[in-house]
This record gives sequence, C-alpha cells and structure tokens, in this order.
Amino acid sequence: MSQLDALTAPNSMADAITEWFGDKVAVLQVGRGDHTLVVGADDWVEVATALRDEPAFKFDALIDVCGVDYMGYGKDEWKGNTATRSGFNRGVSRNDATHDDADGPRFAAVIHLLSYSFNTRLRVRLYAPDDDAPRVPSSYPIWNAADWFEREAFDMFGILFDGHPDLRRLLTDYGFVGHPFRKDFPISGYTEVRYDPEQGRVIYQPVSIAPRTLVPRVIRDDNRYDTNLTQDGSNENDHA
Amino acid sequence: MREIESYTMNFGPQHPAAHGVLRLVLELDGEVIHRADPHVGLLHRGTEKLAETKPYNQSIGYMDRLDYVSMMCNEHGYVLAIEKLLGVQVPERAQYIRVMFDEITRILNHLMWIGAHGLDIGAMTLFLYAFREREDLMDCYEAVSGARLHATYYRPGGVYRDLPDFMPKQMASKFRSQKEVDKLNEKREGSLLDFIEDFTERFPACVDTYETLLTDNRIWKQRTVNIGVVSPERAIELGFTGPMLRGSGIEWDLRKKQPYEVYDRMDFDIPVGVHGDCYDRYLVRVEEMRQSNRIVKQCVDWLRKNEGPVMVGDTKIAPPKRPDMKGDMESLIHHFKLFTEGYCVPAGEVYSAIEHPKGEFGCYLISDGANKPFRVKIRAPGFSHLAAMNEMVQGHMLADVVAVIGTQDIVFGEIDR
Repeated sequence: MSQLDALTAPNSMADAITEWFGDKVAVLQVGRGDHTLVVGADDWVEVATALRDEPAFKFDALIDVCGVDYMGYGKDEWKGNTATRSGFNRGVSRNDATHDDADGPRFAAVIHLLSYSFNTRLRVRLYAPDDDAPRVPSSYPIWNAADWFEREAFDMFGILFDGHPDLRRLLTDYGFVGHPFRKDFPISGYTEVRYDPEQGRVIYQPVSIAPRTLVPRVIRDDNRYDTNLTQDGSNENDHA
Repeated sequence: MREIESYTMNFGPQHPAAHGVLRLVLELDGEVIHRADPHVGLLHRGTEKLAETKPYNQSIGYMDRLDYVSMMCNEHGYVLAIEKLLGVQVPERAQYIRVMFDEITRILNHLMWIGAHGLDIGAMTLFLYAFREREDLMDCYEAVSGARLHATYYRPGGVYRDLPDFMPKQMASKFRSQKEVDKLNEKREGSLLDFIEDFTERFPACVDTYETLLTDNRIWKQRTVNIGVVSPERAIELGFTGPMLRGSGIEWDLRKKQPYEVYDRMDFDIPVGVHGDCYDRYLVRVEEMRQSNRIVKQCVDWLRKNEGPVMVGDTKIAPPKRPDMKGDMESLIHHFKLFTEGYCVPAGEVYSAIEHPKGEFGCYLISDGANKPFRVKIRAPGFSHLAAMNEMVQGHMLADVVAVIGTQDIVFGEIDR
C-alpha cells in the first residue's frame, strides 16, 4: 500500500537514532508506521539540536507541537452499569477524573518533526515531570515554527515552555482563567458572556447551562479486538 | 513640538480585509510597520475538545467547519487518521471519488482566495468571475451530499454514497424566468460526472481569463512583486507548508512525496516559485488550479469506466443500506447503535497528513481504546503561516499588510479551531 510505504520511515533511521542517542532516548516506539521517541525533558535541547543538524537525521521542519493531558487515560468516564435493564438512564453519575488516575506523568508535549531531505517523520514525546507545574524546555530556539504551537499548548494545558521568548495566551479571551483543554475542565466552561442592557455593557457571569452529555456511554473492550475470540473465529459467527 | 516616534494601530477584527476575525496590533512609524502582533482566537470553538466528547463518526461535521472554504479536505485528514487506527482499506472507487473531490475542493479554495485577494488589493472584477465558477463546484457538492458547503461526505471506510446519476436543477421563480432557468439547466441534464467533465473542459479558459486580468497587470504587480519575501531556508524554519513553501522554491507536495489514496496514479506537476514573494505565490496557486483540473479529469475518466463499492464491507464501521432499514428490524437497530455509540478504535496514536489547499493539514489522534478519541489535535496549515505574519510584514507599508494577509490565504475557522 503506497500510503504506508511513504509513511514508514526506513529502519535505518530507527537504528541511527538508537545508535546516536544511546541511553538518552528512553524509548523508541514503532507502531502503525510511525516512530515515536520519548525523550527526558532535561535532554531535549541537546537531542533536538542533533536531530536538526546531524546529517543522519536532518529534521529541518517542526510540523506540530501538541499538548496532551493523560488524566483518566483508559478509564471509564461514566458509571453506566445500572442502566442496562431500563435503557440508558440520564441520571448516571460521572466518574470525575482525578490526578491519581494517571499512572505516569500527567502532561506531555508531543512534537512532530519532518525531514525534507529524507522524507521521514518523527514524533517526540516530552513528559513534563511535575504534574502541578508542568514544565518542558521550549523548542523555539531550535525550530522557530514552535512559537505559536507552544503558546497554544500553554494556553490550553498550562504547560510552561522554558526558553520561549513570548509565552502569552493565544486563543482564549483576554483575562481568561484556567486551561480549557485539561481533562478536569468542563466542556461548558465556568463563565459565559452576555450583553447587559441595564449596565449597557458586556458582562461575564457564571455559566447558566447545566453540564450534560449527549453521548454518555463509553464502550471499551470491543470483542473484535479480543485476540482470544478472533483466533477461533467465534467472533465472526456471532455477527453473521 | 515633540515628535511622535511611533504609534499603535488596531487592524480588525471587523476590517473586511482581515478575512474574518483577525485583530492585528500594528506598531507603526509613519506608514512603515515595526511590529505586527496578531491576536487570534475570536473564532475559537474548542473543536478538539468537542471531538473528545463524541464518538468518532459524530465529529466529521466539525471538520467541515474548520477551514470552511475547503470542507472536504478537512474531513479527509480526520477520516484518514481514523482509518489508519482501525487498519481499514478503503475501496478503490471511494479513493478515486475522494481524490476527485479533494481537487474540486482545491479549486474551490483557490477561487475563493483569488477572488478575495484580488478584491483586497484592488481587482474587483475577479471576485465576480471566481464566484461564478465556485457556484458550479458547489452544485457538485450539493449533488453528492445534499449540502453546498458542509458536506460530511467522507466517512471512515469510504464515502457516504456513490455519485448520483442526476444533477439538482434550478427552478423558475419571480426573480428568474423559465427561459433563464432552462439555459442554466442545460449543463445539468446528465449525471454528475457529465457535469464535472463539462466543467473541466471550460475551466482552463476561465483561468486564462483570470490571468489576463492579473498576471501582467501593472497595478497587480506593483502590489505583489517583492512583497512579503520569504527565503526558502526561512520558510522551512517557520514551518510553512503548501503553496507558501512552494512559492519560496521548495518542491514539496505530500501528494507526490507521501502519496495517499490514489495520487500516485495521477499525472500532474508541482508548480514552484522562485522569489518567494506574493506574486510568485499567486502564480503557484493559479497553476495549481490548472493541475487540479487535470487530476479531476483523470478521476472522471476512471470513475466512468469502473464500478464498485464506495464503502468498506465491515458492518462495524459501515452503516446498513437504506432500503434494508425500511423492512428489517436488525438493520434499524444496527443503524441506531452505529450512529449513537459508534465503534471502538484500538488504542494507539497516529498522525496523518494530507496536502490541503493551504498546506499540510494533519490530524493527530490518540485513542485509549474507547469509542471516543482521547485527544484530537488538528494541525492547521494557516496557523504557522499567520505566526510568521510579524516577520513577513516588518519594514513594509501599511497597505502591504493586506497583500500579505491575502497571500497567506488565511481562514480563521482553521486557525482558531
């Protein structure tokens, strides 16, 4: 399949990376044709400089920086167990994700690199060691393209990028409080804006709509991906 | 008298040349720009967070609304990422339909761009011409999906339905006589493919018309040549993609370099600029319209000759057939379950990128094995272009800001997301 051929980086790149960085590279994962490099926050500047400048890699472009909040990863969001007999019950209680849910560090910055010379892509994940004040080094000095992407990740997740020259909020309102893409930030937010005819100006007030969910059911453990079922073929028969 | 050294001016967010809701804080020395600070986010809807709260197949409609002048290309990026996670192989006919509509979308986008860019810097007529052709292409959207803009036509596993055998027709009204309507409907008598083929035959002449109006026009050249020059090295450093990168002379097009769907079977060229100024980017985009037209033509020829399914057979992903639902209870339940609960996607993460009319449109998906994505990140091409605004306009005059905004092909739906 041409699509996968193009996206699968030659294995030589994977070898070169492991050879070059040795123990600094925590994990080099390969999956679905993508290479992911997990780098310690302290080593990032050095690794990034090598990734850009070394003739073996030449990742000359930074394509994306994405903040991720791993809170509640793989956990059920809603308790729906009581709802099977009477159909779905709108009164299900929400499992509010807490800090303790995350097994590893909570925040990460995921960086996508592209090499125009070798036509390869690389994904780098930088975990922020501290959950309460997530900090990772900025990629701005190495790739200037990181400028707004890091501002956005700071705005949405509160990840601080050490060494960014101008780390301001980017997308949210002037004077906004909080980081809206964190998993513990409600989708309806905390404040709403309206025009107040008495005061003759636009005012902020606590949000008046009740938080609700239209698609509450989270399904996991799909039988199709259960290897025990698919190997003996019983899964196919069930759906025939 | 104390001399005023520099002053600050607000450009937008209500300025017509701001292409939506760009607030640009300009520090000026006379008419020369010292610093430009774009304030964005006025159209921020939290698309990525919304997508995290819904099953995968319910977020396709949000993608249309990102870059709202190249709707189907956005869907394509998102749908490809899901397919990559699911490991689904799309039927060949669906791939050709997708490529055809991607290119129709590219023409739609570039027509919008050439019209708006022209209008911003003083070429009014072009806007009217460009919208005449856009109208025909939006009719193609309507014929295939029922909607003229927000199509939601691409689905994981294929496309919503096969190409129709007829075109929607104009109706007479008190504003349009039967005679006028008959003339408009002349080309709409055949199938959708007939209509598109007819379009590809007359479109090169339309592009020629645009070029006669602009390419050698003295005013146009004065406004665009040597404005917003970006060197090739700098374009890479700033994360430029698409025509912004090619205008600076880098030959890079994902359709050629990392082909997806059936682009590797298409015969087309990548136009590349030399100087990296607004004029070269204009030439690149105009040539891209011609190349897209070639690709559409090739797709039409293939689609005429080859029949086949347009959706995968896996009923965990594909909805049941409409006629089945009318008489079969199980199909009705299947349809309900599929569209309310969706399907589980294996845990993992993928990044898939397509050559969007504006550059590289990427979708980074993290799945934790549930029926909703854990994280969706949309990599919008315009985002990194606008981030370079300050650098591109420094030292230019105030009026050149408009030319640079135009040449960046800014749409706020995708930048603010």
